[in-house]
Amino acid sequence: MRISPTKFISLLFLVLSVFYLYTAYNIQVFAFDENAPFNARTFPIYLGWAGIILSSLKIILPEKITTEVNHKHLDYKSIIYLIIISLIYAAVILKIGYFISTSLFLFASYYFLGERRWGLMFILSFPFVAAFMYLLHGLLNIYLRDPFLKYIGVMG
Amino acid sequence: MIEGILIGLSTALSLTNILMVMVGCFAGTIIGMLPGLGPMTAIALMIPITYGFDPSTGLILMAGVYYGAVFGGSTSSILLNAPGIPGTVATAFDGYPMAQQGKAGKALAIAAYSSFAGGTISAIFLLVAAPSLSKVSLAFRSPDYFALMILGLTAISAFSSKGQFLKAMMMVVLGLMLATVGQDSLSDITRFTFNNMNLTDGISFVLIVMATFAMSEALTIIFRGKDPNRAAKQISLTELGSIKVNKEETIKMAKTIPRSSILGFLIGVLPGAGATIASFLAYGMERNYVNEEEKQKFGKGSVHGLSAPETANNAACSGSFVPLLTLGIPGSGTTAVMLGALLGFGIQPGPRLYQTNPEIFWSVIMSMYIGMVVLLILNLPLIPYIARILAVPRNYLIPLILFFSVTGIYLMSFNNFDIFLMIGIALVATFLRLYDFPMPPLILAFVLGGLMEETLRRSLLISDGSPNFLWDRPITLIILLITITIIGWQIFSTFRKKN
Repeated sequence: MRISPTKFISLLFLVLSVFYLYTAYNIQVFAFDENAPFNARTFPIYLGWAGIILSSLKIILPEKITTEVNHKHLDYKSIIYLIIISLIYAAVILKIGYFISTSLFLFASYYFLGERRWGLMFILSFPFVAAFMYLLHGLLNIYLRDPFLKYIGVMG
Repeated sequence: MIEGILIGLSTALSLTNILMVMVGCFAGTIIGMLPGLGPMTAIALMIPITYGFDPSTGLILMAGVYYGAVFGGSTSSILLNAPGIPGTVATAFDGYPMAQQGKAGKALAIAAYSSFAGGTISAIFLLVAAPSLSKVSLAFRSPDYFALMILGLTAISAFSSKGQFLKAMMMVVLGLMLATVGQDSLSDITRFTFNNMNLTDGISFVLIVMATFAMSEALTIIFRGKDPNRAAKQISLTELGSIKVNKEETIKMAKTIPRSSILGFLIGVLPGAGATIASFLAYGMERNYVNEEEKQKFGKGSVHGLSAPETANNAACSGSFVPLLTLGIPGSGTTAVMLGALLGFGIQPGPRLYQTNPEIFWSVIMSMYIGMVVLLILNLPLIPYIARILAVPRNYLIPLILFFSVTGIYLMSFNNFDIFLMIGIALVATFLRLYDFPMPPLILAFVLGGLMEETLRRSLLISDGSPNFLWDRPITLIILLITITIIGWQIFSTFRKKN
């Protein structure tokens, strides 16, 4: 039996709702709140049941409109590259600072999306981020934490 | 009242204050355009600056920033499908498809005209009806608010996509579930954090909106890059198109604007409701008003579908000043920030504001209208330049959207956990979008989650745990009956199509 992707997602949502409901019932509330008409558990419990009912209905009821996705047309390679460099960016932003990490992230993103105009890629990464930082930090006075630039004395 | 209007005009039309409105509108538009930086951030940024001015000038500047940021938010909704604020999410439903069809300039012009008209009409309402309207908002109690939020969520699910009601309702529940992560507002008990300290304060709205709209949109464009149909759409995205609105479109706008203005203003008056519910309800209402042929165009670039939320969100902005100025209760998150600013000036908003500081009350009302005019004069000629953001090739546009998304999150917390969380949510959202699970219901549910739980808590405590609060008050009952009608209609239309 072939299960449609929509029904499979609904099944995952059902599992999530069951887990959510189980966690909701296990929320520790104060002893005096245990039998109150409303405590920290009440709303999540309603939501858990709503999730179970809705996802079950979606699984049980026949699909009126089926959503077909042609996987041959999906660009998995680019998306995996982008996700990996985004994860690396998130991992290093605090360590090497906003300026360098963001500039490198932009440069790498342009490269992996097929751009090869090196001059434009450079301008739209390092000087662009510097200008953006000046706008935020220098003109709008929005604090932008960058330990590296602070260390070399560029930022206060 | 005439005396008050004259006081307001004389204050608002001083050279300094006109300059402040202009600066506010321009700065607000620029900040509001950046995904993640909405009116709340823009106004919060202005608070330290305004302390150097007298209270009315400071408030006029903030009002200008407010309207500018709402317009700026609409711009990023239309051009990038990346709403900076929840109030402009509905704008993207038809604004973004119009931009994809090469009518970005026209979509922005329709948004500007609708915002202007909605703001103007509601400023007149505010002028005439402010005192009596405060009584309407006073009449609303927690059960009514709870019912109103249920109605808003059901309405958005109903119109989010044809035949996808259950999918949309699942997204509503997912949005509400995400909103429950973190500390419970009353008891401070942590929920669904799994002992992770980064989740104690909950998940921020900006993170969710960036992940489900901006980042997920960017990933979807890349993901579907090999799809020949999608590729064609992407090419047409670079066409700016004319900003001229033809006669037929003007007639459509003329029909939509009055009803959306009234609805937007009335919703804005209700404390806590604000521009988000107003724009979604106006979109839903408009869809019900138009004929079958027009109905089919909704979600595909309908003029009615774009004009309605744009009119309503600006009308609601004016409406939200009613409870703020007359009751001291903020009508939205943004007016809550303004309430903080007023208190900083040593002004306590409330019924006595008329007597104690009439110049503040009336000058803010008058400056709203002036703000609308300035916004139109300032932004309309700039539309072709603003729209040029679309001409950026995909290879540059996608990384820049990702960059703005990450920067928005980084600015908020300086914490890389939030960036990881955003990437994770964006990935899930991308797959959900691929299979037509709509994201707007999730966003609205997430925004309303906290308030919904609070109103349910109050209602249940008042009724001692009994569900009687759902039908005890006529207003609650009427709103719930409307909700049931919408659900019934969805079931009926599904059944009818099957046969």
